[in-house]
This record gives sequence, C-alpha cells and structure tokens, in this order.
Amino acid sequence: MSSASTTLATPKIASATGPSRSLTWQRWLLWAVLIAFAGFFLAPMYVMVVTSIKSMDEIRGGSLLALPHTLDFSSWGKAWSTACTGADCSGLQPYFWNSVMIVIPAVLVSTVLGGINGYVLSKWKFKGSETLFALLLFGVFMPLQVVLLPMSQVLGWLGIASSVWGLILVHLLCGLPGTTLFFRNYYAALPDELIKAAMLDGAGFWRIFVRIVLPLSTPIIVVCLIWQFTQIWNDFLFGVVFSGADSKPVTVGLNNLANTTSSVKEYNVDMAAALIAGLPTLLVYVIAGKYFVRGLTAGAVKG
Amino acid sequence: MSQSPSISPARPRIDWLPKLVVAPSFILGFLFIYGLILWNAYFSVSASRLLPNYEFAGIEPYLNLFASDRFQVASWNLAIFATLFIGGSLALGLLLAVLLDQKIRNEGVLRTIYLYPMALSFIVTGTAWKWILNPGLGIEHTVRGWGFPNFTFDWLVDPDKAIYCVAIAGIWQSAGFVMALFLAGLRGIDDSIIKAAQVDGASLPRIYWRILIPSLRPVFFSTIMVLSHIAIKSFDLVMALTAGGPGFATDMPATYMYSMAFTRGQINLGAASATVMLATVAAIVVPYLYSELRSTKR
Repeated sequence: MSSASTTLATPKIASATGPSRSLTWQRWLLWAVLIAFAGFFLAPMYVMVVTSIKSMDEIRGGSLLALPHTLDFSSWGKAWSTACTGADCSGLQPYFWNSVMIVIPAVLVSTVLGGINGYVLSKWKFKGSETLFALLLFGVFMPLQVVLLPMSQVLGWLGIASSVWGLILVHLLCGLPGTTLFFRNYYAALPDELIKAAMLDGAGFWRIFVRIVLPLSTPIIVVCLIWQFTQIWNDFLFGVVFSGADSKPVTVGLNNLANTTSSVKEYNVDMAAALIAGLPTLLVYVIAGKYFVRGLTAGAVKG
Repeated sequence: MSQSPSISPARPRIDWLPKLVVAPSFILGFLFIYGLILWNAYFSVSASRLLPNYEFAGIEPYLNLFASDRFQVASWNLAIFATLFIGGSLALGLLLAVLLDQKIRNEGVLRTIYLYPMALSFIVTGTAWKWILNPGLGIEHTVRGWGFPNFTFDWLVDPDKAIYCVAIAGIWQSAGFVMALFLAGLRGIDDSIIKAAQVDGASLPRIYWRILIPSLRPVFFSTIMVLSHIAIKSFDLVMALTAGGPGFATDMPATYMYSMAFTRGQINLGAASATVMLATVAAIVVPYLYSELRSTKR
C-alpha cells in the first residue's frame, strides 16, 4: 500500500493501459452498486405507491413489494375526501387547502423582504450591518423549540392564535433570516460598478433595485421560492403547536390520520394520504430540482 | 470591505433610506429570535405549569429537568441517534458522491433519485417507514412470505431497538443531501491536482483517500454542522415513526419539550429543556458562524 515513492518510477504507459483493460468489469460493478443504491432510495416510494392502490385484503395476504393485482384508486379518493380522523371524516382535503393558504402568503412575503434585505446588506452596507446580519443569521440555526411557548402567548395577544394568520406570521418571521441569507450572498457576487454606474446616471435606491438588480435576480428568486415553499409545506412543529381545529396544515392532518387508533387500520389510505401530502413538494423537486439543490447547499456552503 | 468602496458618501441624501428599509425586518427578526429566547428563558425559571405563570421559581425547573428519568432517556437517545445519523449519513453520502464522480452517464437521474427524500416532509416519509418497519405486515411479513417463517424484525416496537429505526429513516432521508454537498466539493477541486497524482502513478482509490477526501475538510466541517443541527431539532420524524414510544423509549429532547409544554402541563420544564437545546446548538453553531463570517470578510 505505502508505495507512493516507488511507483513514481512506473512508466506512464502502465497507468494509461492499466485502467482500460480492467475497465469493463469495474464499470459494471460501479453501475451495479449505483443502481442498488437507487433501489434503496426508491423502495419506500415504491412501497407507498403500490400499497396505495391495493385493497386491504391484498395487503394482508401479499408481500410488501408485490405489484397489485388490480389498480384500485379508491384509497386515493378516500384519503382525499372521506377518511376519518377520530369523528371527523373529511379526509385530507381541508388540511391541504389550509397548507395552501399558509404557504402562499408566507413564501411570497418572506421572499420579497429577504430580497430587499439582501440588497441592502450587500450593496448599501452601513456601519454595523455585517454584525446585524450575523445576529440575524443565528435565527437560521436556533432550535425552534425556544420560540414555541412565548410565541403562542404573542399570537394569543394579537388575537390570531389557532388561526391560519398566526401560522403565516410565524413562518414569515422564521423564514426571514434564511431568505435574507440567500439574497445577500447572491447580490454580493454582482459587481459594485453596476450600482455605481447607475448612481452616476442619477438612479436612486429603489430605481437601481427595480431596474438593475431585480432583472438579474431570477435564479435566486426561484431558489428562494422553492426553498421556502418546501420548508413551509413540510413544516410540522409550528403546525402542531400553533394551529386550531380548522387551521391544521396537511402534515398535521396526515399524522393524525395515520396515527388515529379509533378505526381499523387502512394502510392503503394512509399511504395515499402520505403521497397526497408529499406530492406538491415532490412535483416542485422533479420540475426544478436544480434550484432546490442550490437552496440546500446555499445553507451549508456559503460564498 | 476595501474592494467594495462604500457607495453612500456619493449620495448622502439617501443615506438613511437603506437603514429605514431594513429596520422593520430587523426589529421583528430580533424580537422573534432574541426576544423570544429571553422570554422562554424566563419561563424556564418561572412557576409556570399548566398555564404561564410569571412568579419566579429559581433554578428548580432545571433541577427537576436533570433529575427526570425521561429527560435522561431523551438526551441519551439523542446521543445515540446523532452518532448513528451523522456517521451513517456522512459515510453513505461520501460513498455516493465518490461513485457518482466517476463520469457516470446518467448522473443527473441518479442524483435526482438519491436526493428526492430531502424534498419530502419527515411526516410523509415517517408514515411510509412506519408501514414498512411494522412487524405485522411490513418487512417481517414479506420476508416470512419468501420462505423464512422464523424471520423477525420488530425493532419498531422494541423499546431497546426502536431508536435504530429512527436512525435508519433519518439516514435514508439525509444521505442524498450529504452526497450533494460532497459532490459539489469534489467538483470544486482543481483538476491539475488529480492529473499530477495520476502522473505520479497513484491509483484512483489512493488519489481519493489521500488527496481528494482530505481536501474536502471544510465540506466535512459544514456538513457535520448541519447534520448535528438537524439531529438536535429532530421532531417530525420521531413523531411520525414512533411518537416517542414505545413508552418514551424513543423520546428526544425536541419531543420531550413538546409533550411537557403542550400536553403534560409542565410549561417551565418544557421551557427549561428548550433552553438546554438552545445552549447545545449555540455551542456548536456560534463558533462556526463566527469563523464563517470572519473568513468571508477577508
């Protein structure tokens, strides 16, 4: 193994012909391993889809991985509109729409504010702005458990406890540090000369933002929208703590449905419900995966 | 700072405008972050039980917290889970990144497959894993059907093993994310280093092991940071998979905090555990943030 110095003398031809001769079986092995891992990652999704279109009899009788005998989409309909959680039998539908109502304003407002903050923190730096940003950044990392108790009091005083509005506000505040980070790092890479040239032409703060910076921001806006959408749609903690009977988001609805103990367990309905709850973010991921990955890595590898 | 000369002196007239524009965000953001942290800290030394009560109770809640069996189990579970989760995700993610780095033709497709769990809620994947791992009809049932009637796999309902199920589901969810980070790191390495090593006759595994992977040290660092942060906060996955059970065998600080604060009527205990979580995260993250910001300034 420790032959680094001795192999120095090995002629270059050896390293050129060596790999190509043994290439084929190594490539095959590589492919086999990669595909096996793909199977590992896809297996739960496969099981969910297959289970959701089986009947309960078939589930009890057969294997987890077996394909269904007949395509039976009735569990999907049931999960959407008639499945029971305790005494409430309206399926996942109301929770799904609650999530939509929470996600849209929270995502849009936190993106707009993040964009403006990022613009100021990168192109209009003032004394202490870096420190302020660092202090805000801690909000990305702090465990949210810390805000739960006081925030529920605040929401009570504001009169929006247990409502969709309360959840919108919490998600908005919680998302702000992250969206600010996205835009600040993106705008930091725009050349300052661009801004200076526009100022010489007499453009002001807002004019520069709207006319010059915004048209260059499409990629980061997409990243931010997708990231915020995924985060807020998938949130469970805030949903379970701050929602009331008629403002529960879809993750809470799904969890209650899957853990309800009052009726006979219908795994096909549970799986259909899980797929319905996961479909919006999955769809966004499949369509715009590139931007999603950029959002993921932006948090960890900062530029 | 020196490369980007301050712009504002040129137009002192609008010097106040940027500050005014960000002021509301910062005021609300700081109130949300630091205001609530302090408020929560006060709850943690108050006499609050079922309802918030602002009477001062000293450090008694903390003494109760550290004396509580359930919190000890939760902390120990977090240690087990974090070790397995971080170690497993790093190993698997790094392996996938190295394998994908071999000029694979359909790399994009494979990457999409490895990473998709990250787009899903832990509640969604937890529901699926709960079904797969349940002893009644899941893997156990399936393997028995293949002709192994004595096969048992009941970790999910075994108080000593259920935490491993949480770790498996967690690794499955996050390995692709680690892969994406490492792959980005590998792609960022200068090709000439690899060429030089090849000229020296180093074998491919050796190049990775001795040159490329060591040069990914910063990526390791930030990945561990992010993963440990996910581990400490993990709440959804436990709730969906085991709800902290059987009993409180898979309780973690995050689920402990939730049940004390919102179902058990022990608000001060919940607040105290949240403060302990905050202190743990801060001990990991603050030095990291400090070094990151200092290095970007340079």
